[in-house]
Amino acid sequence: MRRIISILMENEPGALSRVVGLFSQRGYNIETLNVAPTDDATLSRLTLTTVGDDRIIEQITKQLNKLVDVVKVVDLTEGAHIERDMMLIKVRANGGAQRDEVKRTTDIFRGQIVDVGPNVYTIQLTGTGEKLDSFVAAMAEAEILEVVRSGIAGISRGEKVLRL
Amino acid sequence: MEMLSGGEMIARALEDEGVEYIFGYPGGAVLHIYDALFKTSKIPHVLVRHEQAATHAADGYARATGKPGVVLVTSGPGATNAVTGIATAYMDSIPMVVLSGQVASHLIGEDAFQETDMVGISRPIVKHSFMVREPEEIPATIKKAFHIAASGRPGPVVIDIPKDATRPDAKFEYHYPDAVKIRSYAPAQRGHTGQIKKAARLLLSAKRPVIYAGGGVVQGEASGLLTELARELNYPVTNTLMGLGAYPGTDRQFLGMLGMHGLYEANMAMHHSDVILAVGARFDDRVTNTVSKFCPGAKIIHIDIDPTSISKTVNADIPIVGPVQSVLADLTEQVRQLRKKDTELPDPGALARWWQQIDEWRGDHGLWTGRRYGESDRIMPQQVIESLYRVTGGDAYITSDVGQHQMFAAQYYRFDQPRRWINSGGLGTMGFGLPAAMGAKLAFPDKEVACVTGEGSIQMNIQELSTCTQYKLPVKIINLRNNYLGMVKQWQDMQYEGRYAMSTYEDSLPDFTRLMEAYGHVGMQVTDLADLDTKMEEAFAMKDKLVFLDVFIDPMEHVYPMHVAPNGAMKDMWLSKNERT
Repeated sequence: MRRIISILMENEPGALSRVVGLFSQRGYNIETLNVAPTDDATLSRLTLTTVGDDRIIEQITKQLNKLVDVVKVVDLTEGAHIERDMMLIKVRANGGAQRDEVKRTTDIFRGQIVDVGPNVYTIQLTGTGEKLDSFVAAMAEAEILEVVRSGIAGISRGEKVLRL
Repeated sequence: MEMLSGGEMIARALEDEGVEYIFGYPGGAVLHIYDALFKTSKIPHVLVRHEQAATHAADGYARATGKPGVVLVTSGPGATNAVTGIATAYMDSIPMVVLSGQVASHLIGEDAFQETDMVGISRPIVKHSFMVREPEEIPATIKKAFHIAASGRPGPVVIDIPKDATRPDAKFEYHYPDAVKIRSYAPAQRGHTGQIKKAARLLLSAKRPVIYAGGGVVQGEASGLLTELARELNYPVTNTLMGLGAYPGTDRQFLGMLGMHGLYEANMAMHHSDVILAVGARFDDRVTNTVSKFCPGAKIIHIDIDPTSISKTVNADIPIVGPVQSVLADLTEQVRQLRKKDTELPDPGALARWWQQIDEWRGDHGLWTGRRYGESDRIMPQQVIESLYRVTGGDAYITSDVGQHQMFAAQYYRFDQPRRWINSGGLGTMGFGLPAAMGAKLAFPDKEVACVTGEGSIQMNIQELSTCTQYKLPVKIINLRNNYLGMVKQWQDMQYEGRYAMSTYEDSLPDFTRLMEAYGHVGMQVTDLADLDTKMEEAFAMKDKLVFLDVFIDPMEHVYPMHVAPNGAMKDMWLSKNERT
C-alpha cells in the first residue's frame, strides 16, 4: 500500500543523504521525494511516498526516527490529509486546432498555461498524483516534450500538526 | 577564558571527556592534532600498524570497559582503513568515537591528495557523524559525539575534521560543555509501566519459559538484574553469542549459547517454549534459523532500547522499549508483587516438568555431559579451549577472531562475568582478535587476556605483533591450527562435497614460532595432547611476554551442533557428521 511519510529534520548538510541512504541501504523504495526548509529555518520538511505492508512501514518509521537528525516522523496516510503534487509539462502546440485542444484539456483539469511559445505550451498543474497522471494520459494525443513533478507534499487535515 | 587552537581543543576535549587511550595513526591531515597531543596531552596514544587495528583495539577497550573507544586517523586511506572496524563496532553496538582528518576546507571536493568523503563512506555504518565546519564547534561536537556514542543503543560516531580547522595559529575560546542536549535525540529512559505489568503476568503464567538474553544486557550493565530475575523465577537462561557472560556460564540454570552453533539443550528449550523473555537481543538470523518456523508455541516478551529491533524479524507479543537495566528492575518488582499475592506462580509442577525435560536434553546431547568428540588421536579444538579455561581459572578476557575457533571458544569457555568475551558477532570480522586483545589488555593490564584465533584470522592483522612489542602487551594468542580456513572448509564439507575451493594455504604458512621471535615475542608449538596443559600453563606463566601457542588440532573436526539450513527450525540440528535431530 502507498504511504505518505512526512519528516521534520534538522536543516543540516548530510541530513537528506542519511534519510535517502536509509532507504537504499535497507531495500525500501522511494517513489517521490520532496524537501524544503520550513518557516523555522533550522528545520526541513521532507515528504516521501513509499510502498510497503504494515510491517515494512513500521520499520521505516522506526528507522527514520532513529536517525539523529530526524526530529519527528508521521505517516500522513494514517489519517485524513491533503496531498499535492505540482507538475510542469511542456507539450507541442502547433496550429489552431492543436493549441485549442491543449488549452481545453488544461482548463478541464484547472491547469494554467504558464509559458507560450510559437510551437509549445508549458502547463502548470497541481493536484494529487492521480490527477496529474490522468492529465498526462489525456495529453497522449499531443506530443509531450518534457515533464517535471515536485513529488508529493502533504499535510494533515484539521488540528493535527507536525512541528517541534 | 583560555584560547586554544583547533588541534589543542581536540586534545583538551578528549582529556575533559576522561579518555584513557587514543588508538591511532598519524598522517598529513591530522598532523596539527598530533602536534597538539604531543605538546599538551596527558592521554597515552597507541600507535597501531594499520588503522583497522586502531578501531578494533578501541573496540576491544570499549567492550572490556563499557567506555567509548577513541580512534584518530588521517584522511583518505587512513579513514577508509578504519571503515571495517567502524562497521564491526556498529553491528555489535559498541560505543566508539572516530576522529578522522580531512583535507583543508578549500580543497574539499577537488579530489585533493588523500581526500575521501568519510562522512559519506561511513554513513551506513555509524550511529551518527559530524563534519566540523568551524573550529569553534569542536568542543561541543566532541561532547555530542561521546554522548551519542555511549547513550541509548551505543554505536560508533565519526567526526571528520578538515585540516584548516586545527591550525595552530588560529586560537579560539575553549569551553567544554558539561552537558549536551540534542532536540532530535532522546533515547527511552524507562519502559512502559503497563507493558511491564503485562509482561510480568505472562512471564508468571509460563509453563515452559526461556530467558533469551543478548549483548544488550552486557552493554546495558544489567547482568546482575537479569541473574536476579532468573533466580527469583528459577527459569532457564540462554545467551546469544554477544550475550555470553550476561548470565553466569557455570550456573545450573544456564543452557549455554543458542543459535546456529548453539547448544542442543538451548535450541530445544527455545523451540519448545511457551514464553520467551528476550532481553537486549535482536532475533538475528544466526539465532532464529528459518523465521517462519521459529518457536511456534511461544509468546514473546521483547525488551530492547532500540525500537527498530522490536518486531523486525520476529513479532513481539509484548514489546517493551527501554534501557534493559531499568526495565528489568521494574519487571522483577512486578513479578515479586504478583508472587506475593499468589505463591503458586509460576506453576511449580509445570516448571519441574520443564526442568526435567531440559535435563534430559542435556543428558542426551549436552556438551558437558553426553557429547563426545576426539574420535581421532589428535588434539581436538574443544580440548584446547577447555585447557585454556582451566589454566586461566575461567577469569580471563577472551577475544576471538572469526570462524570455527570462535564457536569453540563460545561453546567451551564458560563465562561467568559480562565483558569477558570479546568477539565480532554481527559483522564477523576476521582480524579482530589480536587488536581487540590489545585494547582489553591496556584497559586491564593485571588481567589475563587471550586471543583465540586461527591461522587465517591472525594473518589479517598480524602486523599488530609489532604494536604489542612497542607497548609491551603480554597477551596470549591461542592459535587453533588446522591449516584450513576451518569454517569455510566445514561448509564445503557439508554443502560442496568436500571441494575445498581456495580454503587452504598448504605449506605457505609462516613458521609462527620464528615469526614471534622476530618480533621479540615467544612462540610455542603443541602437537601432542599430553603436552597441551603443560604448554598452556607455561605460556600463561610468562607474565611479561606475548606468547603465541600454535596448537595443531584435528583439521577434520567440525563445529556442532549446527542448525540444519535452509528451512530448518531452532530444533533442527546436526549433532555430528552423521547424526541429526
